[in-house]
Amino acid sequence: MNRYSAFGLLRGALNGQKHWQPAWRDPEPKAHYDIIIIGGGGHGLATAYYLAKVHGLRNIAVLEKGWIGGGNTGRNTTIVRSNYRLKPLHDFFEFGLKLWHHLSDELNYNVMFSPRGAMFLGHSDADMVKLAERGDAMRCDGIDADLMTRDEVAKLEPLLDMSRSARFPIEGGLIQRRGGTARHDAVAWGYARGADSFGVDIIQKCEVTGFVRNGNAVVGVETTRGRIGAGRVGICVAGHSGHVAGLAGLKLPIESQTLQAMVTEGVKPMINSVIMSQSLHCYISQSDKGGIVFGGDPDNWPSYAQRGHPMVMEGAIAQGLALVPSLSRLRMVRTWSGVTDMSFDGSPIIGETPVRNLYLNGGWCYGGFKATPASGWTYAHTLATGSPHPLNAPFSLERFMTGATIDETGTGPMPSSR
Amino acid sequence: MMLIHCPHCGPRAQSEFVYERTVDSVAPTDATTDQAMQTLFTRNNPRGVDDEIWRHSFGCRAWMVITRHRVTNEISHVRAVGPETLP
Repeated sequence: MNRYSAFGLLRGALNGQKHWQPAWRDPEPKAHYDIIIIGGGGHGLATAYYLAKVHGLRNIAVLEKGWIGGGNTGRNTTIVRSNYRLKPLHDFFEFGLKLWHHLSDELNYNVMFSPRGAMFLGHSDADMVKLAERGDAMRCDGIDADLMTRDEVAKLEPLLDMSRSARFPIEGGLIQRRGGTARHDAVAWGYARGADSFGVDIIQKCEVTGFVRNGNAVVGVETTRGRIGAGRVGICVAGHSGHVAGLAGLKLPIESQTLQAMVTEGVKPMINSVIMSQSLHCYISQSDKGGIVFGGDPDNWPSYAQRGHPMVMEGAIAQGLALVPSLSRLRMVRTWSGVTDMSFDGSPIIGETPVRNLYLNGGWCYGGFKATPASGWTYAHTLATGSPHPLNAPFSLERFMTGATIDETGTGPMPSSR
Repeated sequence: MMLIHCPHCGPRAQSEFVYERTVDSVAPTDATTDQAMQTLFTRNNPRGVDDEIWRHSFGCRAWMVITRHRVTNEISHVRAVGPETLP
């Protein structure tokens, strides 16, 4: 792998930039791999990278139906944070956040991670109590969280409607200053380039159509490019976990729903942090290009359609405009929608399945992007050793049977109400 | 947005309806633990057609089963149900 550097750019400037090489190969699938990862999104590529880097494995393939990073990795709002109240969740995401802070150096690829602060708004006394409780839980585990007064919120985000007549009055907030945003494509490409340099085969346009079984064990996959043998197979296709696991006869605690986001035309810097309201379900940040990125609710009915519904868009935008009225004159330039695995307790599933040699990484609900490094790290551990990493042990598939669900919102087994 | 043909009110905008759950996830009251676990916590979740329970919450408030394609959103069938007809 050619390292990217300022010196390399300078040398390129002198020789007409002729030295650039493809960042990863386009190999033909081999007959057998030790580990096959289904799904070439950020999570799958990160898993392959850490399998090679941390566990020293080399005979690995990542199979991708379309092109890498073309699924949910390219269809999110790029927010990175670890401010969860429940311990298994904030420990897991905090491990990821620490990886995020060094990811560009680690991959020699600029993922444009920008720790500009991730702020939850509180709209009532009850909201503020809830935020204080969450902040306390995080600080007990050494994660940064600062409760903000109304004035501090107004100082950080002067364009918020802080008036007493506001549609959603703002009483304060909770900020995680180390949170922020990153460039989604660069995460997939950086991990792909890193994994490829260790000899991982990234095979695009290769859809898995079935599993090859030997008794209760999976020994390979059927794909649109032929049968490929495998020692272990890891499903990593969040959004379509139910579909792919169904090929192996598994029924999962997952319902697929679409989650929408949209972006406006680019403007000068006006939103300084990531503004989030979980009481409303509205997420506002400004991309490095200047566009204001909005995220809202999932559609609340099952769907695999990767397109938005005006009804849900209108809801998210109405909330955003009520919070930041000056956004009203901006033109929306793009909307997109990703298919998300809504799990039945709102937390991911990483671990073994009832089928031998078949592992599952899915159920990310609307929080998958920020988890990319931690998900890859722990899933690589699980695939390499056959047993979960301490960080992903609580996120087993069995937890629904044993009752040890990790339900941050306390909604119960109703993914459509989350 | 989808146009849903309510068996009682005719074609109405989707915004009047609320999705409840799929037909395969209705647990009988005398279900065994395994059965209850399956129905409460797992779904077929096909990338295709499934039977879903919706309610015309902001209309006649009746329940119905909608047979819908999860990718195209095409609704092939709507039937009215009462509690006695649910599996």
